[in-house]
Amino acid sequence: MKRYAWLVPALYIVFVLLPIYWLLNMSFKTTNEILGSFTLWPQEFTLDNYRKIFTDPTWYRGYLNSISYVVINTVLSVTVALPAAYAFSRYRFLGDKHLFFWLLTNRMAPPAVFALPFFQLYSAIGLFDTRLAVALAHCLFNIPLAVWILEGFMSSVPKELDETAFVDGYPFWRFFVRIFIPTIAAGIGVAAFFCFMFSWVELLLAKTLTAVDAKPIAATMTRTASTSGYELGLLAAAGALTIVPGAFVIYFVRNYIAKGFALGRV
Amino acid sequence: MNTKTVNHKAWWLVAPVVVLVAFNAVIPLMTVVNYSVQETFGENVFFFEGVKWFEQILRSPRFHESLQRSLLFTAIVLAIEVPLGVAIALTMPRKGPWVSVCLVLMAMPLLIPWNVVGAMWNILALPDIGLLGHTLNAIGIDYNFTRQPLSAWATLIAMDVWHWTSLVVLLAYAGLSAIPDAYYQAAKIDGASRWAVFRYIQLPKMKRVLTIAILLRFMDSFMIYTEAIVVTGGGPGNSTTVLSIDLVKVALGQFDLGPAAAMSLIYFLIILLLSWIFYTVMTKDEQS
Repeated sequence: MKRYAWLVPALYIVFVLLPIYWLLNMSFKTTNEILGSFTLWPQEFTLDNYRKIFTDPTWYRGYLNSISYVVINTVLSVTVALPAAYAFSRYRFLGDKHLFFWLLTNRMAPPAVFALPFFQLYSAIGLFDTRLAVALAHCLFNIPLAVWILEGFMSSVPKELDETAFVDGYPFWRFFVRIFIPTIAAGIGVAAFFCFMFSWVELLLAKTLTAVDAKPIAATMTRTASTSGYELGLLAAAGALTIVPGAFVIYFVRNYIAKGFALGRV
Repeated sequence: MNTKTVNHKAWWLVAPVVVLVAFNAVIPLMTVVNYSVQETFGENVFFFEGVKWFEQILRSPRFHESLQRSLLFTAIVLAIEVPLGVAIALTMPRKGPWVSVCLVLMAMPLLIPWNVVGAMWNILALPDIGLLGHTLNAIGIDYNFTRQPLSAWATLIAMDVWHWTSLVVLLAYAGLSAIPDAYYQAAKIDGASRWAVFRYIQLPKMKRVLTIAILLRFMDSFMIYTEAIVVTGGGPGNSTTVLSIDLVKVALGQFDLGPAAAMSLIYFLIILLLSWIFYTVMTKDEQS
C-alpha cells in the first residue's frame, strides 16, 4: 500500500490543475472555435484575447485598481497589526482577551451582511468609488487575521530578547524596528501573504464600493459576461491573468505558507 | 505561559487596530441594528417597528429553506474536505524537491479571485463545450447544472472541494511536519501499526491545526456567495439559494432594508453561535 501512497497527492494535483488547464485552453481559442465544437486543445491558437485586455483601458485599468487596493490594504493591515500583535503577545492589559475575541469575530462576519451599510458609510464620508475605500473595507477581515498570525510568530520569540535590549538602553520603538521586526520577518511575510490573498480574492465588498473609477478586475469580468454577449475566450483570458499575481506571491513564501496558521493560537 | 507583564499602556499599541476595525465593524453593525427595528416607505422616513422583522423572518419558510441549504452545504463540504485534506497531507512527501512543487501547485486555487473560480467551473461544467459537462454526458450521465438541482449541487460541492481542500492540506501538513522523528522511531520499535501511529501520534499532533481548519472552513463555506452566484445564481429555481445569496437578493435586489437587516443579524448570530460551539467542543480536552 505504501508504494502507491504518492498516487493520492498526484491525483489531487491533477484534479487541481484540470479546471486551470481548461481556463487556459479557452483563453487561447477564438470565439468561433469555443462555440463551434468541443476540442481538448486550441485548434486555431490565438493571442487575440490577451491582446484585447492589454490594449483596452477598461480591462487593464481593472488590474491596476485591484493591485493598488490590495497593496494598500496589505501594507496598512500589517503595519497596524504589528504593534497590536506585540501587545497581545507580551502584555496583559484591561480587556485583552475580550478584545482579541472581538477582533476574531470580525473574521466571521459574512461580507453579505456588511455590503449595504458599507455602501452607505463610504458614500457618506465621500470615499465611494476610490481604491482607498476598498483597501479600508478589507481591513475588516485582514487586520484580525494579521494580528492572529503575527501574534503566533511573536509568541515563539523568547521574551529575553526584549529584556536584554531594554537593559542595553534601547528605546522601545528603536528596539521594535531595528531588532524585533527583523527577527519575525518570516511571520510578516506570511501575514502579508494571507492579507494579499484574502484581499485579492474578495469581490462582494470590492464590487459594492466601486462604480467606474476604482472598479476591480473581477467586477469588470462579471459585467462583461452580461453585457457584451458571450465572449468566453476574453473572460477566460482575463481569469487566467488573475492567477498570475497569486502564483508569483506564493512562489516566494512557499516554505512559510504552511506555518502561517500552525503557529497562531485559537 | 502566564509570564506576561501587566501593562495597561499596551492599549496605545492596539489603538490603531481598534480604531480601524471599529470604524469598519461597529458603524455598519449599528446601521444594521438600526434598520432591523424600523420600517421605511422611502424618502428617509422611518417608523419604529420593534422586533417585527425578526419575528417575520424566523417564521418565514423562505428563511428556513435557505438556512437548511446553507447547513447542508457546509456539512457536505466539511465531511469531504477534512478527511480528504488529512489523507493528502499524510501521503505527501516529507522531504525533497517535491514538497515545494506540491505546496505551490496545491495552493493555486486559494489565490484565484472567487468570481474567477466560479467562472472557471462554469466553463468547465458547461454541458456542451465544458470538459466536465461534455465528458459526463458522453459517458451517458445526464448532467446539466442550469436545469437539474442535483447537478447544480454536485457542481457547487465539487467546486468547493477543489477550491478549499488545499487549505486543509496546508494546515494538516504543517501539523505533521512539527512531529519529531523520534516519535516515529519509538513507534517502530514498539511495532505500532500504521493505524496506531495515525491515531496516537499524528492525529493528536494535528488537532490544533485541524481545529483552525475546521473553523475557517465552517465560517467560509457558511458564507459562500461569490462562487455560487457566478456558477448557478442560486438556481435552478431556488435550489442553490443559500443564506448569503438570499440575503443579497433581499438587501440589494429588493432594498427591503428592515427585513434584510434583521436577517443579517440572525445570520451573523448563527455563525457566532456555531463557531463557539465548534470551538468549545474541539478544545474541551485541552482545558480539562
